[in-house]
This record gives sequence, structure tokens and C-alpha cells, in this order.
Amino acid sequence: MTAADTLIGRAHYEAGGLIRDWFARLNRAAERGEQAAYVFVMGSMAEVLQAFDLHLVFPEINSLQTAVRHVAHEYLGVAEDAGYSPDICGYVKADVATQIQLGRHPMGRIPKPSLAVATNACNTYVKWAEIWERMYKIPVMTFDIPGSRTALGGAAPGTPAFERDRLYVEHQLRELIATCERLTGRALDLDRLRQVLEYTNRMAAAWQRVLELNRARPAPFNALVDGTVYLGVLNALRGTKEGAEYFDHLVEELEYKVATGAGTIPEERYRLLFVGVPCYPIFRRFHEMFADQGGVFVGSTYLWFAAGGMDLGFQYDLSRPLESLAEGILLGVRHAGDAMLFQDRALIGQVDDLGADGIVYHPVKSCRTVSTGLAGSRKAVMQARDVQCLFIESDMMDRRVVSEAQLKNRIDAFFEGLESRRRRAVPGVVPA
Amino acid sequence: MGAPLVTAFDAKSLADMTVEQAIAACRDLLEDPAFPTIHAWKARGGKVLGHFQVYFPEELAHASGMLPVKVRGAPVEMRRADSHFGSYLCSILRSSLEVALDGRLPLDMFVTHPICDAARNLAGVWARNFAYPSQILYLPQNANSAFAPQYLRDEYARLLGDIATVAPHRPTEDDLRRSITVFNENRRLIRQLWAVKRDTPWLLAVDEAYVLLAIGALMPREEHNALLAGLIPRLSRRQARRQDKIRVVFEGGFCEQPPLDLLSVIAQSCYVVDDDLLIGLRFLTSDVEATGDPLGALAHAYLERSTYSPVQHDARKPKERMLLERVRTSGAQAAILAAAKMCEPGLEEQVAYAKALDDEAIPYFVTEFEEKMTSFDQVQIQLETFVESILFD
Repeated sequence: MTAADTLIGRAHYEAGGLIRDWFARLNRAAERGEQAAYVFVMGSMAEVLQAFDLHLVFPEINSLQTAVRHVAHEYLGVAEDAGYSPDICGYVKADVATQIQLGRHPMGRIPKPSLAVATNACNTYVKWAEIWERMYKIPVMTFDIPGSRTALGGAAPGTPAFERDRLYVEHQLRELIATCERLTGRALDLDRLRQVLEYTNRMAAAWQRVLELNRARPAPFNALVDGTVYLGVLNALRGTKEGAEYFDHLVEELEYKVATGAGTIPEERYRLLFVGVPCYPIFRRFHEMFADQGGVFVGSTYLWFAAGGMDLGFQYDLSRPLESLAEGILLGVRHAGDAMLFQDRALIGQVDDLGADGIVYHPVKSCRTVSTGLAGSRKAVMQARDVQCLFIESDMMDRRVVSEAQLKNRIDAFFEGLESRRRRAVPGVVPA
Repeated sequence: MGAPLVTAFDAKSLADMTVEQAIAACRDLLEDPAFPTIHAWKARGGKVLGHFQVYFPEELAHASGMLPVKVRGAPVEMRRADSHFGSYLCSILRSSLEVALDGRLPLDMFVTHPICDAARNLAGVWARNFAYPSQILYLPQNANSAFAPQYLRDEYARLLGDIATVAPHRPTEDDLRRSITVFNENRRLIRQLWAVKRDTPWLLAVDEAYVLLAIGALMPREEHNALLAGLIPRLSRRQARRQDKIRVVFEGGFCEQPPLDLLSVIAQSCYVVDDDLLIGLRFLTSDVEATGDPLGALAHAYLERSTYSPVQHDARKPKERMLLERVRTSGAQAAILAAAKMCEPGLEEQVAYAKALDDEAIPYFVTEFEEKMTSFDQVQIQLETFVESILFD
């Protein structure tokens, strides 16, 4: 077997196994009645919760799995029958339906929560956790992580303003630890926490390297399709040995692809950026509408905010774990927030950095955090850079607001524009 | 800033008006899409701080010499704002930007809050469109953290520093205490107003109380205080007879505001004895300490002496329990559970509210509204049917 045979595609194969194993563990936890913590991708507090050996349940991942597996509409229907409006986030409703159906899920059974932690990175997180608070009478911690106050970004580490926010986060971390100690009946093992932090450090460094590698032409991975697979492992197995090893392997695979010039499709004609949340109800078809015309997503804001800011590559200082964890959480979640609320400048940077030919804005009905400002953001980016933009609306869960034919028309027109632009850029070539 | 801004409500003019005339004048002022009081303030050289719903410590702007104005949308036609947003959004966000973009709402600073996923975007939206400063104030969502009071006090200090970059002056602690006193008086008068509506709702309908409350967010609070102090004692002398209407609580007006005509329709068949309309103006439920550290006192009041809304999580104040308390303390027979279209926090809370009311066998009426809606026939018929089902039960 050649290196290409063993390396290329390994990340997908391994991710599939890891995610299936993870759901199998959740299934067993549900059967055995083991303690689980419900958390969210932006500020999962995985390091603390892993240190207490609590099972981590990511309802966002559970929900998107129902869409990818084409059963989301069944779940949305159950929640809407229970009184939840069609205008409420589809992730919330799919989870409500999962809870109503006693954890029944396409990937197995989801355990009930013993604890929930919701950061303020998304307001829907807070409302969502209140639903579990009512259903299960469990401790719910709404974890405040102050974001950037202005479009200019947040206070720099070391400044008094940063230290005030960091102290607030550290204080809440200590309160979370006290809650976990009460729940599990055991004290925090600092050495165990350091071990978890070390695994996260490896994953963060690797994630940053993964994102950097997509500067290559052709790009070694598609940020929309492959990136979402990587994200699943990044979140679900954050702070674990398996997660750290997976990302070591991933870097190895992608470096090999870059070295050998292997891309994601036979001919990478257009390098694109994706802004928003993927269209999970037609995940594969959505991707094909671009890939079939030579479009490759080389970057995506989803890989920033849904990674909880891991793209910063922050390294925890193991000699002062709690203080450093507070700093990392503050920086990471604040950065994730910036990727949703103040993304213009970062996008302009990515156009330059990744050599993007176009940007696809995909606001979704379900997520107003990500979607509200995108139309205005697009204007700002287009003023700053001569880049072709496509603005298409649908949803990440609800197929009722996904019009495939309409999307296809818009996407085709987008590529015609890209082609025409390219022809104009070549002296002597007149657009047809 | 010298003479009253709204001369229609100075002491002499007010004395010459009937209560009905005064309320009508307030309504005209509130419904004027040109925001004349704000332009009058600006014409005098004043600075305006616009703050988006729900709660904002207006004392900070007031003590700095600025006019704090609640940015709460307007029933206006969209001409420019729509191109800045996607499709699936509530109306208040669009209309707030619309009146700012077309110059009707001239601001010198804008502050939004992460009350919902959409509103948290507004600082970025504003930054792209206006030269004046815009920012997010992160009020604590973890009100139960022991560190939250310290964090909030420091956050207010930070905000005060930012306000000072545009305000006429940086306030002293005494300035802040004086502002706290002005706003304490305002809160006291508003509590009195709401007590009239609760105890003798035939003397003050919900739409009338609403206009008297809402114009406070458009004018210097001292003038609002004078207006309320002049009018409230006269309410008891109104010629109005008690009618056979049911007593209800209206829930769902914490952010986007229902059209006044919708409130009038509700008032035709119900006595709204309590509500959450513009709850941000009434969020602090008792006086803020006007001695000691003013920023600490404001932070303490927000966390410890405040009511509830769907956009604040506090384990001590489960919203459905708070609603039941509101129903009981106001002596309501039923509730109207309203939500603005596309308002996720409001729509999510409706589910919990409905269950809690079901458990207590309290009748309720569920509806959605939009600030720019103009047809109320259907909701009127539905509401009358609901009322009749209670009256003839």
C-alpha cells in the first residue's frame, strides 16, 4: 500500500469511528443511568467536566445529526405539537423532541442530564437550558463570558479590562467546580485537569495548523464538508487522548496532501469562503452544487465559532490551570462571538490570506446570532475587497424553508458571475 | 437644560388640560415618528444616548448630561434598513435601524444588550453604519454568581468611561447619586400609575397607562416626573364607571411593543391589571440606594431588586412562577400570552407560561403581534370569544 492509500481519507474513517463510539458510550450511559452534562459548543467547559468524568452531551450535535440523517422534520413536528413555534431554533426543537421521546435518537439513546452548562455566547443556549431546568429540575449554570464590547475587539490580555473579565470567568469556573463536586461526590483532581488541558492544548495547536494548511492550492480539505466532520471530533472529544491523537493524525494527512498537491476535487477552480451555518437538511447536495462547478470552500466562519474559538490555538499554562483555563475560555468564546457578530475584518483578512475568489453567505432561519448581521456585513466586505458574494437563505434544520431548486438557480448564477469575472481579468478575453 | 423641553406639559399647560386631553397629547407625542423631543434636545446642543431594549442603567447617561432614549423601534415603513438584515427577524430591529438611518432618531452613542440572538448583533450593525460609538453592554446572565455584583459594578464603571468620551462631562459620585434620586422618583411615580391601573382599572386603561409610561423614555426624566406627579392625583377624579370586564395580565411586551391600537382593542374587553410592557423602564422594583457607592448600588438593584423578563436567567426567578405571582398579586382572572413575531425568547417562554397556567387552571389567550400591524379585527373577535368563555363559564 502506498502512503496515499493509508493516509488520504483516514481522517474521515477515524472520525466516523470515534463519533460512533462516542454515541455508543452515551447510549450505555443512558441505559446505566450514568451522570451526563449537557453543554454547548461555544464554551463547553469540557476540560472541567472531563476532569470529573462526566459524559458530555452536545444537543447541538444531536440535533444536526437528525437533519443530516433526514429525520429532523419528524423531531420538529413533535416539538411543534408540544407548543414550540415554527419560528424557534430548529436545534432547540429537535432536542425538545428527543427529550420528549425519552432520549430516542438516530445514533442511539441520549442520557438525561444531571447538570447543564449554558454560556451566554448564544441567547438560545440560555433559553434552551431553561427547558431542561424545568423538565429535569437539574442544576443549570448560565456561564457568563463577556464578549467584545465593540467592533474593535475585546481587551487585550494583561490589561485591567481583560483581567476584570477573566476574574469573573475564573470565579464562575470555581462555582462550576463546586457544583460538579457536589454532583459527583468527589473533589477536583488537579492532575487530572492538567492532563485534560494538555490534550486540549494538542488539539488546539493541531486545529490551528489544520486551518493554516488550507492556504495551499489546491486546498487539502473542504471547510464546509470535511471541516464539519473535524469539528464533530473537536467538540465531542475535546480534552481527550483520542481527540488529541485524531488531530495529530489529521495534520499528518493534510500535510501529506499539501506536499503531494492532492485537493478535494479533480480541479479546484474557485476558492470560496462560507459564512454561516451549513444547510444540514441537504448537506451533501448543497456541497455538490458548488463542487460540481469547481468551487471549494477553503475557509468558513463555522470553523471559528462552532469550534468555540479553538482556532486561536490558545495553550493552557499547566502550572496555573484554573487561571489559565479562565483566560483560555474568555479568549476562545469571545473570539467565537466575534466570528458571528463582528466578522467583517476577519473575513477581509481571509479573502487575502486564503486567496478567496468568492464568499457565500448562508444566513439561516434557525440561528439569528449568526444570521442577523450578514447582509450588512456583506456590504462592508464588498466595499473593502473586489470579491464576488452570494447571499442565500435557508435553514440548518427545517427542510420546509430549504428550496433546493431556488438555491441551485442562485448558485449557478453565482458561478456564472465568477466565470465572467475571471474572463474579464484575462486581457483579450471577452465574456460570452 | 433650562426651560422644559416639552412645553405642552409644563405645570401651567397641564393644569389647563383635562386628563383626557393630557393623555391624548402624550399619545400624539409618542406616535410622532419624527421624535420631536429628541430633536428639540439636540437643537439645544444636547447629546443623546440611545439604548436598545430591555433594561439600561439610564442614570449613567443622565448623570453625564446626556438624554437617555430607549430605542424600541417604531411603526414605520422600511426603506433602508431591510437591506441590512436577513428575512427571519422581528420588526423592532429593522425599524430601530430605519429611524436611525434616516435621521429621525439622531444619536450620539448607541448601546445594545445581548437580550437575544438578534439584538446582540446591533452593535456591529451600528458600527458599520454610524460614526458615533456603539457597543454592547453585557448585563450578567449568571445573576446567581457571587461575583456578578462586582462584575456588574465594574462593567458600569467601564461604560461610564465610554459615555464620557461623548458626554458633556464625566459625572462625580454626587452627580450619580442625584440622578439615582431623579430615577427613584420616576420609578415611584410609575409604580403609583400601575397601582391605579391595577386597583381601579376603569380609571386608567392599559393603552392610556402605556402612553404615560412610554413618553418617559423620550424626554428628560425630571419633566416626566412633573407630568406624572401632576396627572396621577387627577386620575381618581375621572368620570368613569366600573364595567363588566375581566381582569387580565398582559405578558409579552418586554421588547417589541404591540401597536397602541392593539392595546386599545384589548382594553375594550379587558382590564389589563398588570403587564410587562416596556418592563425595562420598571425593571428595578424599589428605590436604588442614593448613598454610598452609586455604581455598586445600581448593580445591586439590578441583581437583587428587580422584576423578571424572558431575557434574563436567574434561578431565583423562574419566569413561569413570576408570571403566576403577577397574576395573583394583581388579582387577574386570566392572562394574555403575547409574543412579537420572530421573537425567540418570547415564543419560547410562551410554552412554559402556558403549562404553568394550565397547571393552575388559569385561562389564557395566546397571540402574536407585530409593531406595524394595522388590522385588529381578527384578534378582537378571538379575544371577545375568549372573554365570553370566561364570563359565561
